[in-house]
Amino acid sequence: MKVLKLTVAALVASAAFAGAAAARDQIQVAGSSTVLPYAKIVAETFGETFPDFKTPVVESGGSSAGLKEFCKGVGEDTIDIANSSRKIKDSEVEACKAAGVTEIQEVKIGYDGIVFATDAGNADLALKPEHLYKALAAEVVVDGKLAANPYKKWSEVDASLPDAEIAAYIPGQKHGTREVFEEKILAAGCKASGAQDVIKAAVSDEKQQHSKCVAVRKDGLAVDIDGDYTETLARIASNKSGIGVFGLSFYENNADKLKVATVNGIVPSTETIASGEYPVSRPLFFYVKKAHMGVVPGLKEYVEFFIDDQMIGPDSPLAEYGLVAAPDAEREEIRKAFEAGNML
Amino acid sequence: MTDLASPTVRVSTRPAETRRDIGIKRRYAAERRFRVYGISAITLGLLFLALLLSTVVSNGYTAFLQTTITLPIEFSEKVIDPKNERSTDAKQLMTANYPLLVRDALVKQLGLDATKRPQVKQATDMVSASARTQLRDMVVADPSIIGKTVPVTLLAEANIDSAFKGQIDLSVAETNRKVKDQQVAWMNQLADAGVLKKSFNTGIFSFGASSRPEAAGVGVALIGSLYMMLIVLVLSLPIGVAASIYLEEFAPKNRLTDLIEVNINNLAAVPSIVYGLLGLAVFINFAGMPRSAALVGGFVLTLMTLPTIIIATRAALKAVPPSIRSAALGLGASKMQTIFHHVLPLAMPGILTGTIIGLAHALGETAPLLLIGMVAFVVDFPGSPLEPSTALPVQIYMWANEAERAFVERTSGAIIILLIFLVFMNLGAILLRRRFERRW
Repeated sequence: MKVLKLTVAALVASAAFAGAAAARDQIQVAGSSTVLPYAKIVAETFGETFPDFKTPVVESGGSSAGLKEFCKGVGEDTIDIANSSRKIKDSEVEACKAAGVTEIQEVKIGYDGIVFATDAGNADLALKPEHLYKALAAEVVVDGKLAANPYKKWSEVDASLPDAEIAAYIPGQKHGTREVFEEKILAAGCKASGAQDVIKAAVSDEKQQHSKCVAVRKDGLAVDIDGDYTETLARIASNKSGIGVFGLSFYENNADKLKVATVNGIVPSTETIASGEYPVSRPLFFYVKKAHMGVVPGLKEYVEFFIDDQMIGPDSPLAEYGLVAAPDAEREEIRKAFEAGNML
Repeated sequence: MTDLASPTVRVSTRPAETRRDIGIKRRYAAERRFRVYGISAITLGLLFLALLLSTVVSNGYTAFLQTTITLPIEFSEKVIDPKNERSTDAKQLMTANYPLLVRDALVKQLGLDATKRPQVKQATDMVSASARTQLRDMVVADPSIIGKTVPVTLLAEANIDSAFKGQIDLSVAETNRKVKDQQVAWMNQLADAGVLKKSFNTGIFSFGASSRPEAAGVGVALIGSLYMMLIVLVLSLPIGVAASIYLEEFAPKNRLTDLIEVNINNLAAVPSIVYGLLGLAVFINFAGMPRSAALVGGFVLTLMTLPTIIIATRAALKAVPPSIRSAALGLGASKMQTIFHHVLPLAMPGILTGTIIGLAHALGETAPLLLIGMVAFVVDFPGSPLEPSTALPVQIYMWANEAERAFVERTSGAIIILLIFLVFMNLGAILLRRRFERRW
C-alpha cells in the first residue's frame, strides 16, 4: 500500500511538472509514410554519428496530418519537422502563419518513383498511360462519345496486353501517391488517348474537364487501397493477375515476388527516374521550423546531416533503399538554399 | 379454471397413447439440436483460434532466431587511432572508422583480394551496419582492447538472415532479389566453417526501433507499454473503485445518479480513437504535456479503462449478498466499516478481474496512441514516462508496414510477445481471484 501511495505521489508530481518541462532535447518529426523509411534511416544514423544528441523521434501518419501538427504553432509541444510526399499547399502555409509559424524552410530530399507491378509469375507487361486510363477511368470514349467504361479485360483495352480480367490496386484518396497517379497517369492517358478533346467538347469548365479525366471507375475493377504497400502486395498475392501501384523502394525490396511493368517502354530504376525518362515520379520534401533552430538541440545538425551527400547522394544509404537522388547541381542548390535560410 | 376443477375427468377420457404423447420426442430432438449448435459454435471458435495461433507462430518463431557472424576482430591502433590522439581528443574513439575493422576481418576470413572494391563491398554488406556502433561501444567501454584481436559476434545483415532461414526464394533471377549469388556462396562457406550460425535472438527483446531489421527489437515498446500499464493501474483502480463504491453504496438514487450511470455505460462503448482526440486536445494542446510520452498515453488509456472498471466493480459490489451488509450493520459496524471490512473484500475477485480485463484491453490499443504521437520511430530507451516511447501493438503495426522481408517474421514475433504478455496478465488475474475468493 505504501508503494502504491508513493507511486501515486510521484505520478501526480511528474504530471504537474510536465506542464513546465525542461527544454526538449529530442527532435520530433512527423508526416508522410512515404518519407518515413528514409527519415528513419537518417534519424538512426544521426543518433549513431552524433552521440551528444538524442535520436530524433519520427512519427508516421501521412503528409497532411504531419503538416497539420506542424502548423499548430511554435514551442516545446509542437513538432520541429514535417515530412511530406508533396509540396506544402498555400492553404497550409496560411494556417501555419495564422498559428505563428511564419518561418518555414522547405528542404527537398530527392525523388520517389511510382511503379506498376504484378505477380512475378506473369508475362512481361508493357504499359502506357493511355492503357491505364482506358482500363481504369470511370468514363471512356466509345464511338466518339463518353460512356461508362465498358472494358472488362486488359486485352480489350489494347491487344498487346494479357487476356486477363482488369484488377488494379491503386492508392486511396488519403495517399499523396494518388495525386501523382492521377496527374502522371490518368490525366496523361486522358490526353494521349484523345479522350480529353471529347471531354473538352462536352464540358466547358476546366476544373470539371480535369476531374472527369481523373475519375476512377467504381464498379470494383479498380480497388482503392487505403493501407500501405504491404496490403497491395497481399492483394496481388491473392489475385495473381492484378496490377498494383508501389513505391520504387518497396518494389525493390520485394522484387522476387513482383514483376514490374514498363511505362512507355521504360523500366523504372533510380537511373531512369533521375534522368526523367520514366514518367511517374514525384519529389519528396520536409519542412523545418526556423524558430526551433538553436532551441531544440541538434535540429540544424540533423537537417545538414540529412541533405549531406553521405545521406542523399547517389551512393548513400537512402539511395540504396530506393530514394532517387536529385542531380548533383540540384543537391548543391538544396544545401545552398538551406544555408542561406531561404523561407517559404 | 375447469382444468383445475376437474383434472381427473379429463385424463381419464383420453386414450392411453395420446396421454403419454406430451412432445417428449420433439423436446429431446430440440435439445439435441441445440447441443449440436453449441458444439459447432465452440469448434468454429477453436478452429479460428488454432488458425490464428498457427499462422502467427509459424510465421513468427524464426524471429526468435538471429543469424550471427563471429569474426576475430583486430582492434588495430592504425585504424582506430592512427595519430594517437585518444588521450587528448575524446572524439577520436567516437568517430573512428570501425567498419574498416570488420572489412579487414572479413577479407581475411574469406580470403579475398582487398583491392577488388565491388567484391569487398558485397562481402561487407553481409554484416549489419550496426557493427559500427557495436565495436565503438566496445572500444569506448574498454580502450585497453586497442591492439588486441578479439572474437566478436556480429549480426548478419537482414537479407542474409532471411536467406539463411530459407525465406528468400533463391531460384529467381539474381537481379530480382536482394541477396547475390556470390553472397550466398560466402554464406554457405562461412556456415560450413562454423562462423555463421543461428542463435537465440536476444536483440528482439532488448533493441529499440531500427530501420535495419536485424537490429530492431521491441525493447522501447515493452518499456513504453510497461510505463503505461503502471500509470493506468495506479490511476484507474483507485479512481474506478472509489467512484463505484460511492455510486453503489452511498449515492442517493435520483435523476442525477441515473444520468451518471447511463453516461458511464455509454462511455464504455465509445470508440477508442475518440479518447485519443480528447488526449491530444486536453493533455498536449491545453496542458502542454510532451508529445509521444508514455505519461500522456497512460492518461488517455486510463480514461478509456475507467468505465470498464467502474462497471465491473459495481457488478461485483451488487453481487455481495445484502445479508452480509445487514449482519455487519446489525453488529454495530458503521457504513464505512461495513463496506471496507466486509463488502469490498468479498467483491475483490470481481473487481480484480474487471481491472485486468480493462488493462489487457488498454495494452492492445493503438488507435488513441496515434493522435498523441506514440505511433513513432523511437530508438532511444525512455528513462522516464515523460520521454518519447512507443507501445507493443504500435510496434506490431509499424513493422507490418515495413517493406523488408525480415520484418514479416518480426511482426509475428512481436505478436507472440504481446500474446505472452497477455497470458501472464490473465494468469495474474486468475491467481489473484483464487487468493481473494471467499465463501459465505
